[in-house]
Amino acid sequence: MNADKVVNAKGLACPMPIVKTRKQMKEMESGQVLEILATDKGAQADLAAWAKSGGHELMESQVEGDVFKFWIKKG
Amino acid sequence: MTVKAMIASEVAKKVVNNQPLFILDVRNGDAFADWKIEGGNIQYLNIPYFDLLDGVEEVVSELPTDRDILVVCAKEGSSVMVAEMLSEEGVHAAYLEGGMKAWSEHLEPVKVGELSNGGELYQFVRLGKGCLSYMVISEGEAAVIDATRMATIFLDFAQEKGATIKYVFDTHLHADHISGGRAIAEATGASYYLPPKDAEGVVFEYAALENGLEVEIGSLKLEIEALYSPGHTIGSTSFIVDQKYLMTGDILFIDSIGRPDLAGLAEDWVGDLRESLYSRYQKLADELIVLPAHFMIIEELNRDGSVAKKLSDLFKENHGLNIADEQEFRDLVTENLPPQPNAYQDIRKTNMGQITPDKEIQREMEIGPNRCAVR
Repeated sequence: MNADKVVNAKGLACPMPIVKTRKQMKEMESGQVLEILATDKGAQADLAAWAKSGGHELMESQVEGDVFKFWIKKG
Repeated sequence: MTVKAMIASEVAKKVVNNQPLFILDVRNGDAFADWKIEGGNIQYLNIPYFDLLDGVEEVVSELPTDRDILVVCAKEGSSVMVAEMLSEEGVHAAYLEGGMKAWSEHLEPVKVGELSNGGELYQFVRLGKGCLSYMVISEGEAAVIDATRMATIFLDFAQEKGATIKYVFDTHLHADHISGGRAIAEATGASYYLPPKDAEGVVFEYAALENGLEVEIGSLKLEIEALYSPGHTIGSTSFIVDQKYLMTGDILFIDSIGRPDLAGLAEDWVGDLRESLYSRYQKLADELIVLPAHFMIIEELNRDGSVAKKLSDLFKENHGLNIADEQEFRDLVTENLPPQPNAYQDIRKTNMGQITPDKEIQREMEIGPNRCAVR
């Protein structure tokens, strides 16, 4: 999936994956897609909940080894 | 500005002593709804940390000034951040060290009673998950029953008491938490007993826990006797300790009874469960004190933090023991069952030795509430 920007939050513990994602998202335009890479297990549920509460769309998520990948479209 | 940590044992003391506490839980809403720190005098507010990144000013007005405030998250990081933000607003709040993970692993040892010849019986209350484990100590020897994954806590406790662990028992093959029985047996050379009917898939050597088995602890021969009582699992076995205590495993709880479906065999096992509760237990002495392997709600704790009640009281008060109609009983334990525990199949495989997940994964497998009873 094509992304306009990528946030690498690998190795970072909660709350940093969301802090970084949120910061990047602020600089993006509605409809653009952000890819997030994280290794923190808690990021899965938290990114989904965060996207929902912020009006964004979690388009897809994948697991590759111990890396979680998410694609979120800005709302 | 640094903020204060509160450790799990301090929170446990507040829960047991029914002291006031305000918990600001900053996990996501689903996680909070699924599982939280329970206590009779705890007030809650759940706002996910990601909704507080712009500031906590709006939360401050919702916080009490007359009780301790504890910020809680899954592992710790976000609760430290939020506690620091509160501190900048002039609110003193502590964070839970190690988060809900630490809470899930904390065991509170409570002495439930004196046994004959100077023996002692301890209950290890896992407040975060509702699991109860036991250690019987007499004359420098000990037996451990239904130990949880945190084996070192039991090993250290026995050492503190100057006791050698001789016997390790599990009342059944657990599906809701990972047993520490095997690890304790390996560390001490003790025999690890499992009911053979539950242990068909077990890949390591174990001793057979059969009906009528009797072992003696210490030179003054404190007696532990096994009583086959199937129904939660086909192998479920109870223990009578010193003719005084009845360890019921997951067959009978204080305010509920076991559920028979963990291995998908509710219909087959419901008859066994009925017989264990309505026939086998009925024949036992009324004054036995019931010690279950779980509690479900915080109201089941006694004032001293223990979970224990006379069998005769349970026959009077426990709804599950007072259903005269067999069909009604059958319906209760086979219909409207609560959801299965998280990762229960992997937990069973781990307890059988078929898989050995690393420690971090074992922790994750156990996260969440316990759900093995029906009320």
